[in-house]
Amino acid sequence: MTTILGAKNLNVIRGGSLLVDVRDMEIFEGETLSLIGPNGAGKTTLLQALSYLMKPSAGQILFRGQAVGTNQRVLEYRRKLAMVFQEPLLFDTTVIGNVMSGLKIRGVGASEARRIVEPQLERFGIAHLRDRSARTLSGGEAQRTSLARAFAISPEILFLDEPFAALDPPTRESIVTDLEKVLAETKTTTIMATHDRNEALRLSDRIAVMEGGRIAQIDRPAVVMNRPVDEFVASFVGTETILEGEVRDTNETALIVGVNGSEIEVVGRGRIGEKVVLCIRPENVTLAIPDGTVKTSARNAFRGRIGRIVPLGLFHKVEIACGFALVAYVTTHALEDLSLKEGNEIAASVKATAIHVIRKSGA
Amino acid sequence: MKRFFASWFLFVLLASLVVLQATAAAQPAQKNVILATTTSTQDSGLLDVLIPMFEKKTGYFVKTIAVGSGQAMAMGAKGEADVLLVHSQAAEKKFMADGNGVERRIVMHNDFIIVGPPSDPARIKGTKKATDAFKKIAASGSIFTSRGDNSGTHAKEKDIWKTAGVKYEGEKWYQQTGLGMGQTLAVAAEKKTYTLADRGTYLALKKGLGLDILVEGDGILLNVYHVIEVNPKKWPKANFAGGKAFADFMVSKEAQAVIKTFGVEKFGSPLFFPDAGKKEEALGI
Amino acid sequence: MDIILEGILKAFILLVTFDREVLGITWFSLKVSGTATFISLFFGMSVGTVVALTQFPGRKFVVSLINTGMALPPVVVGLFVTIFLWRNGPLGFLEILYTPAAMILAQAIIATPIVTGISLAAMQQLPRKMRLQILALGATRLQMVRILIREARLPLLAAVMAGFGGVISEVGASIMVGGNIKGYTRVLTTATVMETSRGNFDIAIALGIILLLFAYAINLVLTYVQQRERPR
Repeated sequence: MTTILGAKNLNVIRGGSLLVDVRDMEIFEGETLSLIGPNGAGKTTLLQALSYLMKPSAGQILFRGQAVGTNQRVLEYRRKLAMVFQEPLLFDTTVIGNVMSGLKIRGVGASEARRIVEPQLERFGIAHLRDRSARTLSGGEAQRTSLARAFAISPEILFLDEPFAALDPPTRESIVTDLEKVLAETKTTTIMATHDRNEALRLSDRIAVMEGGRIAQIDRPAVVMNRPVDEFVASFVGTETILEGEVRDTNETALIVGVNGSEIEVVGRGRIGEKVVLCIRPENVTLAIPDGTVKTSARNAFRGRIGRIVPLGLFHKVEIACGFALVAYVTTHALEDLSLKEGNEIAASVKATAIHVIRKSGA
Repeated sequence: MKRFFASWFLFVLLASLVVLQATAAAQPAQKNVILATTTSTQDSGLLDVLIPMFEKKTGYFVKTIAVGSGQAMAMGAKGEADVLLVHSQAAEKKFMADGNGVERRIVMHNDFIIVGPPSDPARIKGTKKATDAFKKIAASGSIFTSRGDNSGTHAKEKDIWKTAGVKYEGEKWYQQTGLGMGQTLAVAAEKKTYTLADRGTYLALKKGLGLDILVEGDGILLNVYHVIEVNPKKWPKANFAGGKAFADFMVSKEAQAVIKTFGVEKFGSPLFFPDAGKKEEALGI
Repeated sequence: MDIILEGILKAFILLVTFDREVLGITWFSLKVSGTATFISLFFGMSVGTVVALTQFPGRKFVVSLINTGMALPPVVVGLFVTIFLWRNGPLGFLEILYTPAAMILAQAIIATPIVTGISLAAMQQLPRKMRLQILALGATRLQMVRILIREARLPLLAAVMAGFGGVISEVGASIMVGGNIKGYTRVLTTATVMETSRGNFDIAIALGIILLLFAYAINLVLTYVQQRERPR
C-alpha cells in the first residue's frame, strides 16, 4: 500500500490554542479514512490542514513524499484534491455550471468541460436537473451537485467534512449509497470527517478517533470498535459498559477480573493485581428469563434487576444492576418476548471473547 | 494579496490624477479670467449678453462665479478671483483700503424699490424718502421680509434702517428668508408683505407676482456697481491682464451702450443705467 | 399646484423641442456623474472587497469609518475640495477649480464611501465557507475574488445605483467646485438652484423633472439587469 498523504509533527495553533497536534499520520492510496470524534476534537481543522486550506503552524504535509509548501507548490497540490462541506456552497448559476466550475478554474474550455461533466451528472443522479438554477434545489440535490462538482476534476484525494450531517435520513441513505458505488468504482482516496458512527463503519477502510486535536486511535473499524485503546475511544465508539476492576487470577488464555465483588472472565493477558478496564459492547449482552432453563455457552452469567429501559429507535437500551452496571441492547421483538419491564429480575450473559480489556498501564 | 491591492490602488489613484489634469489642461490658465460677482447681478441676465461679447472680442474665457456679495469680496481678498463686479459700497472701500484691489471704477447703477401689497396697510405709497417709508412700516407693525443673507440688497436694507434710526432686529414684524432676490419676492408676494428689491429682479418677475412699486427714486435707493481688479502685487497668481481687460471692457463705450438698452425690449424700461467715468457725488449718493 | 403643472408642461416642451441648452446641461450632468461613479467603483469595490475578506488589526474601526463616510455631507466635501483646489491651496497647481474635472473629483469623493460601504456589505453576506470552497476547487487568489464578486453581483449592482444616485442628485459640492458656469460647469441640479433663485420656478421644476426622468431611466436599466437574475 502506497502512502499518498502524510502528516509529520503537524501543529495548528489559532487564537492561542493548539487545535491539532498530530505527530505522525499516514493515509494510504485508495483507502477511505473516517475521522470521528466529538465537537471541537479538531476534525475540521485537521481536514483543512491536510488539504492546505489552512496553513499549519508547524510540521509538514507530504504528498507522495513531497512536502507541500516547500518542494510541492501549494496551488498545484490543491488542484489535485477536492473538498465537499456540510453546506453545498453552490454558485449562483445552473447545476451544470456548478459542476463545471472546477474545470473552468483550471482553464478547461466550455464545450470540453461539458463533455467531461455529463457522466458525473449521471453518476450522482442529477442529469435531469442539468439546467436548473442552483437556488431551486433541495438539500439532497444540492449536495449531490457539490459531490459531482468535486468528482468532475478527478481528484487524487477527496476530503469530506460532515457532508451528510444536514440531510434527513432517507436522503442521506440514498446519497451515501451512490457515493459508495462511485468510490468503489474510482477508488479515490477519501478522508471524511463525520459524527455518524454507522456511516463511518459503512464507508471506511480505517477509522481515526480524535480528541483534543490528537488522534487517539487509528485502525480498521472492527479493531477500533471492539478493541478501543482507552476509555475515551471506548465510550465514543459506543461501548456502553465500561468497568474498572483488578485481575484476580490468570491462566494461559484468560483472566479472571474482579469487579465490585463479581468475577468476570475475559480473554486476554494480564498480571495478578493489575488494574484493568473492561469494555462490553451492549450488542454482545444476551438476556434471558432467570429460571435456569436457558443455557448459553457464556461463562459469564449474572443475575440482576432491570433499571431503566430506554427506547432507541430500532432497539431498546436496557440498564441492568447485577453487582455492577451492565448495558444491553435488545430488539423490540425480544423485549416483548421476554416481557422486560423495569424492576424485573433478569439473567444476563456475555461471552468471554466479547469483552475487551484495556490495561491501565496504557498498553 | 495585500501588496497586490496596494499597488493596484496606487495605480488607479495616479491614473485618476493624470486624467483630471489632462481634462483641465484643455484651457490654458492665462486665458481664464475668474470674475466674482453677485447672484443678483447674474440673475439680471446682463452678463449673459456682455460676457460673450467680451470673450469673442478678446479670446479670454470668463468663469463667472456668482455668489453672495460677502463671498465675492472674500474671494477677491484671498486672491481666488481676478476681477470683481460688486455693489457693496462699504465693503468695497474696505477692500481697497486693505490693498486688495488695483482700481475701483464705477460701471453702472440700478436702483432698489420698496414693494408691497396693493392694499398698502402702512400707507407708504408715494413717500419721497425711503427712511420715512421704513419708519412707517415699523410703526404700523406690517410685516417686512428681508433677504437676511448679507447680500448687497441686504446691506442696503440694513443701511436704510440704520439711517432711519429704527430698531428691526428681533421685532415680530421683521422676517428673514436667507434666500435670493427672486425667492424672497415670491415669499413676500405669497404672504403679502413689504420688501426691498432691486428693480431688475422685480421687473423680471412682475407678471403674476402681485406686488406693487410703492417707493422709488430716493438717492439712498441707488445701487452702484463697481469693477475692481485684484491686486497682483498681493496675489501673484491672479490674472491681472485678464482682469484688467474685463474691467476696461465694462467701462468701454461698447459695453456701456449695451447696458443702457438692456431690458427695454423685455420690460419696457432699462434695468441698469450706465455710469462709467462719472463721479460718485454726481449721482447723489 | 398650477406652478407644478406649469413646470411639467415646460419640461415637456423643453424636451420635445430638443432645447439645446437643456440637452447640453443634461448630457453634461450624465457625463460628470457617470465618470465620477465609474471612478468610485474602482476604489469602492476594491476597498470594500478587501476589507470584507481580510482580517487585520483595527478592522472594526475601518468599517465604522466607511459607514460614517456614507453619511458624509456632500456640501462639506465641496468645501474641502474647494479649499484644496484654490490657487493658493495645496493642490492649486493643478488649476482645476471651476472646471468639470473638479466636479468629477468632488463627486467621486462623495460616491466612493457609498459604493465602498455597500460593496463591503455585499461581500460580507456571502457564506463564510464559500471562500474555502472556491480555494478547494483550485482557484488562485485572483480567481477567488472574481468568483466572489460574481456571486455578490446583485448587491454590488445596488452599490453602483446608490453611488450614481448620490452624485447625480447632489448640488452643494457641484456649485462650489464648479461655479455653475454657463455651458461649462452647469449641471441640472446647479441650474435648478439658479433658476429658483431667479424666481423662474417653472423652469426650475422642469429641470427637476428632467433630472428625475433621466435618473429613473438609468436606474431602470440597471434594475432590469439586476432583477433579471432573480430565481425563477
